[in-house]
Amino acid sequence: MSALAGSAVPRLLPGMRLRRDLVRDQWVLLAPERVIELDDIAYEVVSRIDGVRSVDALVDILAAEFDADRAQVAADVLDLLDDLVAKRVLGA
Amino acid sequence: MNALPGATPPAPPLAILLELTHRCPLACPYCSNPLRLVGMRQELATEDWLRVLDQAAELGILQVHFSGGEPSLRKDLPQLIAHARERGLYSNLITSGVALDRARLAALVEAGLDHVQLSIQDSEAEGADRIAHYRDSHRKKLAFAGWVSELGLPLTLNAVVHRHNAGRVPAMIELALELGAGRLEVAHTQYYGWGLKNRAALMPTRAQLDLATAAVQEARERLRGRLVIDYVTPDYYARRPKACMGGWAQRFLNVTPEGKVLPCHAAETIPGMRFDSVRERSLADIWQHSEAFLRYRGTDWMPAPCRGCERREIDWGGCRCQALALSGSADRVDPVCELSPDHEAVQQLAMREAAEPAPPFVYRSIKGA
Repeated sequence: MSALAGSAVPRLLPGMRLRRDLVRDQWVLLAPERVIELDDIAYEVVSRIDGVRSVDALVDILAAEFDADRAQVAADVLDLLDDLVAKRVLGA
Repeated sequence: MNALPGATPPAPPLAILLELTHRCPLACPYCSNPLRLVGMRQELATEDWLRVLDQAAELGILQVHFSGGEPSLRKDLPQLIAHARERGLYSNLITSGVALDRARLAALVEAGLDHVQLSIQDSEAEGADRIAHYRDSHRKKLAFAGWVSELGLPLTLNAVVHRHNAGRVPAMIELALELGAGRLEVAHTQYYGWGLKNRAALMPTRAQLDLATAAVQEARERLRGRLVIDYVTPDYYARRPKACMGGWAQRFLNVTPEGKVLPCHAAETIPGMRFDSVRERSLADIWQHSEAFLRYRGTDWMPAPCRGCERREIDWGGCRCQALALSGSADRVDPVCELSPDHEAVQQLAMREAAEPAPPFVYRSIKGA
């Protein structure tokens, strides 16, 4: 499987919508014929994707903000982003 | 999860499919519409559909599929899409692509359309136009796909697979790439309604099926991140049933052109089942209390061996319409499951039909089959 490089810049592909689902009280990504439920951590990552920040920059921000071990954050973020790229929610 | 009267209300549905009309320029012999089609004069009015969209959003539905027939034959489609967008619903247009020009598609995009699912009947014009029973349909679809991409919308291609095109699955995958689609649904024919009527004309051989499956598996690996391929396997050759609709009345609602609310598009084939209408009851009321939704929701209705099966909340007992079509009763075990006493006969039937010369198609028609 193709892991993303730290310098890659992820972006939401056209047609993706990040939305609060008030009925289920959670964040969801609406994609073509698919609803991706985001847990709190996934939301923190996805909501910071802006098409400008690199994977490395996202990891830096999240590690600083949550005062967490950078290597651990990097592993989690890469897992999530890789999955979303495979699902064609993100381009990179 | 078992919806007995007075029990906890079921979790809200995620998606709703609105069959705005049964009118369609194409006449595919595997059409998912019922054999008896609803005429234009029985179709719901615009204000009915607007109310359904309001109720869908309130119920917790997140995605609305505008389908048909050919949904773009409804003149109020831009208004319905705009309303869906206002209510935060993600809108998907399921279309044949032959009835819209570029300007009318642009108006739908302007109204807030999120995604287009375009049907293709084959990878090449001759076979495609023969299935659609419509001259020049394939060329029109290719042009339409180009407009979808130009207008910046994500595109899914949906290809129904059967004995006449199964060998061209690799070409369909290449076509999806050429047209800039991000998703491709390779769906083996579902044998209900028109598909059931034409089963012998459509059933592939096991060898055709295996080649199609291998092509999809190979392409999924190769095209990871470029093209998502959803694969609907053919029931008759399977060993375990599909979780039809993600479980009866678990995630999904279907509204017919005249306003009947169904747990799946084929549910009207089940005799003696009563369906409520959006003309008389709200979607929430129907979702929670309609007899048709309660009948097979959850696991209490299940016969042995489903009831004790460890997969009972994975496949939810398979498909009720299929149990009806193949065993004569919607209450029985889905014969696709190898634990069904009817399973062996179903595989034999598929192999026998696929080995015979294909009979002519009975094309979909408003006159009925």
